[in-house]
Amino acid sequence: MAELGAGSLSLGDPAFNYQEHELNERLKRLYPAVNEEETPLPRSWSPKDKYSYIGLSQNNLRVHYKGHGKNHKDAASVRATHPIPAACGIYYFEVKIVSKGRDGYMGIGLSAQGVNMNRLPGWDKHSYGYHGDDGHSFCSSGTGQPYGPTFTTGDVIGCCVNLINNTCFYTKNGISLGVAFTDLPPNLYPTVGLQTPGEIVDANFGQQPFVFDIEDYMSEWRAKIHGMIARFPIGERLGEWQSVLQNMVSSYLVHHGYCATATAFARATETIIQEEQTSIKNRQRIQKLVLAGRVGEAIDATQHLYPGLLEHNPNLLFMLKCRQFVEMVNGTDSEVRCLTIRSPKSQDSYPGSPSLSPRHGASNTHLHTGADSPTCSNGVTPPNKSKSHSGTGSSSIKYPSVSSSASSSTSSSPSSVNYSESNSSDSTKSQPHSANSTQETSLSLNFRRNQTHVTRSSNHDSEMEIEAEHYTNGVVEGSSARIMNGTYKHEEILQPDDNSIDEGCTNGRQLCGGNQAATERMIHFGRELQALNEQLGREYGKNATHKKMLQDAFSLLAYSDPWNCPVGQQLDPTQRESLCSALNSAILESQNLPKQPPLMLALGQATECVQLMARVRSGSCSFARVDNFLH
Amino acid sequence: NKCVEVTATSRHYVDRLFDPDPQKVLQGVIDMKNAVIGNNKQKANLIVLGAVPRLLYLLQQSSSSLELRTECAVVLGSLAMGTENNIKSLVDCHIIPALLQGLLCPELIFIEVCLRCLRTVFISPVTPVQLLYTDPTVIPHLMSLLSRSQRTQEYITQIFSHCCKVFVGICSHANTTPEHQTVLFNHGAIQNIAPLLISPSYKVRMQALKCFSVLAYENTQVSMTLVNVLVDGELLSQVFVRMMQRDQPIEMQLTAAKCLTYMCRAGAIRTDDSCVVLKTLPCLVRMCSKEHLLEERVEGAETLAYLMEPDVELQRIASTTDHLVAMLADYFKYPSSVSAITDIKRLDHDLKHAHELRQAAFKLYASLGSNDEDIRKKITETENMMDRIVSGLSESSIKVRLAAVRCLHSLSRSVQQLRTSFHDHAVWRPLMKLLQNAPDEVLVMASSTLCNLLLEFSPSKEPILESGVIELLCSLTQSDSPALRVNGIWALMNMAFQAEQKVKVEIVRSLGTEQLFRLLSDPDSNVLMKTLGLLRNLLSTRPHIDQIMSSHGKQIMQAVTLILEAEHSIEVKEQTLCILANIADGNTAKELIMTNDDMLQKIKYYMGHSNVKLQLAATFCISNLIWNEEDGSQERQDKLREMGFVDILHKLTQASDPNLCDRAKTAMQQYLA
Repeated sequence: MAELGAGSLSLGDPAFNYQEHELNERLKRLYPAVNEEETPLPRSWSPKDKYSYIGLSQNNLRVHYKGHGKNHKDAASVRATHPIPAACGIYYFEVKIVSKGRDGYMGIGLSAQGVNMNRLPGWDKHSYGYHGDDGHSFCSSGTGQPYGPTFTTGDVIGCCVNLINNTCFYTKNGISLGVAFTDLPPNLYPTVGLQTPGEIVDANFGQQPFVFDIEDYMSEWRAKIHGMIARFPIGERLGEWQSVLQNMVSSYLVHHGYCATATAFARATETIIQEEQTSIKNRQRIQKLVLAGRVGEAIDATQHLYPGLLEHNPNLLFMLKCRQFVEMVNGTDSEVRCLTIRSPKSQDSYPGSPSLSPRHGASNTHLHTGADSPTCSNGVTPPNKSKSHSGTGSSSIKYPSVSSSASSSTSSSPSSVNYSESNSSDSTKSQPHSANSTQETSLSLNFRRNQTHVTRSSNHDSEMEIEAEHYTNGVVEGSSARIMNGTYKHEEILQPDDNSIDEGCTNGRQLCGGNQAATERMIHFGRELQALNEQLGREYGKNATHKKMLQDAFSLLAYSDPWNCPVGQQLDPTQRESLCSALNSAILESQNLPKQPPLMLALGQATECVQLMARVRSGSCSFARVDNFLH
Repeated sequence: NKCVEVTATSRHYVDRLFDPDPQKVLQGVIDMKNAVIGNNKQKANLIVLGAVPRLLYLLQQSSSSLELRTECAVVLGSLAMGTENNIKSLVDCHIIPALLQGLLCPELIFIEVCLRCLRTVFISPVTPVQLLYTDPTVIPHLMSLLSRSQRTQEYITQIFSHCCKVFVGICSHANTTPEHQTVLFNHGAIQNIAPLLISPSYKVRMQALKCFSVLAYENTQVSMTLVNVLVDGELLSQVFVRMMQRDQPIEMQLTAAKCLTYMCRAGAIRTDDSCVVLKTLPCLVRMCSKEHLLEERVEGAETLAYLMEPDVELQRIASTTDHLVAMLADYFKYPSSVSAITDIKRLDHDLKHAHELRQAAFKLYASLGSNDEDIRKKITETENMMDRIVSGLSESSIKVRLAAVRCLHSLSRSVQQLRTSFHDHAVWRPLMKLLQNAPDEVLVMASSTLCNLLLEFSPSKEPILESGVIELLCSLTQSDSPALRVNGIWALMNMAFQAEQKVKVEIVRSLGTEQLFRLLSDPDSNVLMKTLGLLRNLLSTRPHIDQIMSSHGKQIMQAVTLILEAEHSIEVKEQTLCILANIADGNTAKELIMTNDDMLQKIKYYMGHSNVKLQLAATFCISNLIWNEEDGSQERQDKLREMGFVDILHKLTQASDPNLCDRAKTAMQQYLA
């Protein structure tokens, strides 16, 4: 047992790091459905879960026998660090026989936790093994069955567990030997056992390429399960099916405010849109303001159009205010912007795309890890899920509705821009006025820069522009664009398409746009925010999330270059998305409309369902991943 | 009545083809098209009423509009979709040259319908494939049409793969005629078809793949070319490997595996190449599994048998892959008791394939067990295996009988099996029955198996002898087929080994000296060798030697002389000298040599030969002649000393070869004693 750390590779070794990297990459590719935080994959033999006659080395991958090896009572085994997660679907590891030692009594297989380690795998209940000396398989029994060829020094033996049909087969030097065991129990550990001196074996849990083409085998099962899903009978409900799908698409378009597309779709499919056109456009406008970083205006607009909404959602209001503060630092919020002379730089508005639909958690690669993904509350995760992690944008549902007094401080805060003015700047019609107002100049400039692709004449309404933008976004290729129409390329943030941008995009960024008055305004606003927090604390009890939010926001002021500081991430325009989504959901909820589009709900449910399958040990979840069906 | 009505309406359709107004003719053809779709009766009627020649006329007429010509081709294609009789009628009306002519038209749409119809005609088993090759300009033109569209690609490759015949089954690979393969190869089939393997259309990819499988079969030239072909920068073998991936359709996996198998058997890919060992072989084993269609399982097993036939390492790998040996036992379970109960359609299907399955399994077992003793053991230990072979030997289907006897032959190479399972199951009985009246193919395998069963340690030898096998074997030696002659004489040779006197006498009597001497001048050196072997076995133990030599001495000495004087291989001469040595061991037979100075001179010559084996055999002969303790040994020693043999022996005691040296010394000691 003193063998720990006896390996030739140390942690700092570049070769080791490379191998570690290889391992991670391979495991991710082989078992994409496994959430390693819940169910870690086996990566080495366990120095704690072995018999004393077993020695480990080479990062706990090499196993050697160090007992007397007189008879079967001297047999010794070692288990891997973790059991095989069901979400693997199909799991595989290989063992190379480095030396057959005296008699070559190596056993390779699987065992449950707690099975006696003073034995070879296969001899006891919940233990399974394939033995080198006779080529027999041992299925929880002291007597083996003829199974495959014998194996010895130089051979590579693989063990594959199929968690879909709970069988196991072995391979020898890359050749499948056929099913060895059926009806396997769950939670088995890779196990090897040795019995005579000199026996040495090396494990490969994915550190190296496998001799057997396991991915080819997996592809067969993936095709099988996909076929099963594709051929799933829906019987007589065919018509019903279609209308459900149409409603899903329609409600999704409406949710994100793709007004014209939704109308056209409704016309073509003869479906009815629940929400009124003006309501959709209002939401669209507010979302656009948030995404543009003009949170103060967004708050005003919300209060104007949906009186009482924010009063009933003090947490949402607080988040909006926090964001407003951040945008002030950014120099984006209208309250500061009107005080600045220079036009704000590329970072200050929602870049690239004024598209209204926010990025969704589902578009992240961590869709399946819902609970841990900060973006998962954007409509993918079902309600019960989002409750479990407040403070990531979904806290609006955390508290019950609240008295209107909570927002009194907000409404009293001075605002230099009224709603109608800022609204007019949304359309290109505002351009003729730009010369008269610095504020509007900056806005329209900003606006133009972000929409250079819109070449339509100025009498187009903003909705049409959004449709156009929607289209370009819809065809964007990229990992984040796989699911949602509304996603955009992040690179665009850093690639301004206006000539006047260069100076501002890198080092030119200054606090509140570099304006003294604006800075003062910001500090004043910060005090108000502090006061609001205290007030909320008095009324609803202390809220750690709020405190953290506030701290993070204020921390920005502690750095000379807030954009390049540890909390600078907050200034990233993409941070507006979750807030935008939360506000949109709150508005919809207040209108008695679903706060999430049913499409996302269905997607979330399917995703959750697949995760649930992993937890109840249904291996096919590995090949029924929602991602596979989203193109 | 109804039948008359149908004929009347059909008549009307045909009549409209003769309308003077071309517009009405066109409408008539279109109506006819709609009337025949899926209606075999209507198709037959129209053919009987002579629609085909008229349609062909309209199709070929340059005055016909493109639309009319196209519709005519469509109707003809539809007629071809019917029964085999329809195809025969179409072919009799010379539809093939007419359609091939149509391919010269510049209009793609017309070319496509012509090709579609040609495809349907050519894939029918009743169409003579030779018709594709009669006009030498056709193949190059088809090659040039491959670039026109996905449809032309699909139809042309399908035509090629059906019309490229090698005229031989997968089991016997002598005398293949690669004529069609060569024609297609010479017209650039490989370069033209290879790019289609990555076509976006599955049908095109699949047909192109099939083309390669028929082109490569038993064809070294094609196979050697294929290994170097690149498709979009990728080696063809890698493209085939990709097509064998387990998520591909089974048909594609199987056909790609066939391509690689044929390339491997033609020597273009090594048998230890990973694409064979780790991809092709496992893929074919998978095809044998229960989850696949019966046809796929048959093809998979046959291809696998063919792949590993010459390579023991592949046999060993296959024998441990996915429980193949046990998996094959399932091939004998059709029709299953379940299918008989559940539905009649399934039963019919099972019955149809039962023979094919059995013969495929036997073939694969034969291939698996052809070299490795452990594998043979594994096979014979499979459930009811020997019983299955025994009943397979007497099945009505010749294919099954042949495969069963091949399997038996493969297993008969095992000493252990001969001693145990073969005897326990009295396989000799059905085998003897099979030998009575069978086609040559079966006879060759059966007699070859019999040779092994007649080996001296085989417990089946006795009962076979008693069943009157000698006559049968002697008649085989008179066959026109060299393989049968060899097997006949080989079996007799095995039978004569350490046999009782009466058996030997019976062999000589039954064969007849005349036939024996005819075999000694057989053009096939194998036959000659085994005949000499028979003689040698007959001439063993002194009483037998003297007995046979006293009755046939003259002829035998004559034959020996002839062989020693003629141009023969070292092996033949050696065998002959060994016979002479045996004769020299006889009591009375010795004199036949001693009195034959010419023969003694020959022996002397071979003692000084440059080949050690011949020297050894000749020395052995002399040693027998001068052996002490035998009557007249002194006289013989004297005579041979006079002839100068002692000097030669003395010289040979200095030979570098230790055996020869020992043998010469032993002989010299006879003089010293």
